Amino acid sequence: MSLLNVSVQKQVIQVFNQIKFPVRLLVFSQGEGGALECQMCQDTRQLIEEVAALSDKVSVEVYDFVSDATIAKQYGVDKIPAVVIAGEKDYGIRFYGIPSGYEFSSLIEGILSIGRREPKLNKKTVQEIQRLNRPVHIQVFVTPT
Amino acid sequence: MVLAHNLALASNWIQADMVEASEFPHLANKYQVYGVPRTVINEVIHLEGAYPEDMLLTELMQVMDEEVVSHL
Repeated sequence: MSLLNVSVQKQVIQVFNQIKFPVRLLVFSQGEGGALECQMCQDTRQLIEEVAALSDKVSVEVYDFVSDATIAKQYGVDKIPAVVIAGEKDYGIRFYGIPSGYEFSSLIEGILSIGRREPKLNKKTVQEIQRLNRPVHIQVFVTPT
Repeated sequence: MVLAHNLALASNWIQADMVEASEFPHLANKYQVYGVPRTVINEVIHLEGAYPEDMLLTELMQVMDEEVVSHL
């Protein structure tokens, strides 16, 4: 059964028309498709696969947290389910846990921003963060609504 | 969340994670998440609620100030 209904699919397809550059969605799960895959990992993987199917510019790669540990480490993925939105390089955008409810729009917005390679920020913000010379790790805790 | 992800896209120094609190209770506990959204920057800056762009920027840029960070 599909997680996204037809009306949501149509809306997303419309938004995804603005994507100019390829977007890669990396999903980290465990025991893909088997009885041991955690429920949230399974739902997250299915959701991402359905979203990716809505644009030919969006591709999905599914990795196993255990057998693909090297790749997980490369992306700093330390828990699952995890989704990385990347382009030809990693931009540091992660979702830990299923991006559902209100966060579904964060997922779509994230894909769109990467797809345009253009952050939606004020000029002042873009200028100001050029001063950074050390890593900044932002974690935003949310709950499904 | 969208704002944090846009910041990550704009700077190679920034990584932004959405963390679904109910799926990672140990982290919600560690960072004392009682309400959402709660934002944690470099383990030291804790923000309650949704911050507008200019205010989040001000908080974030504090990481550049050793003096401030040492007191957080």
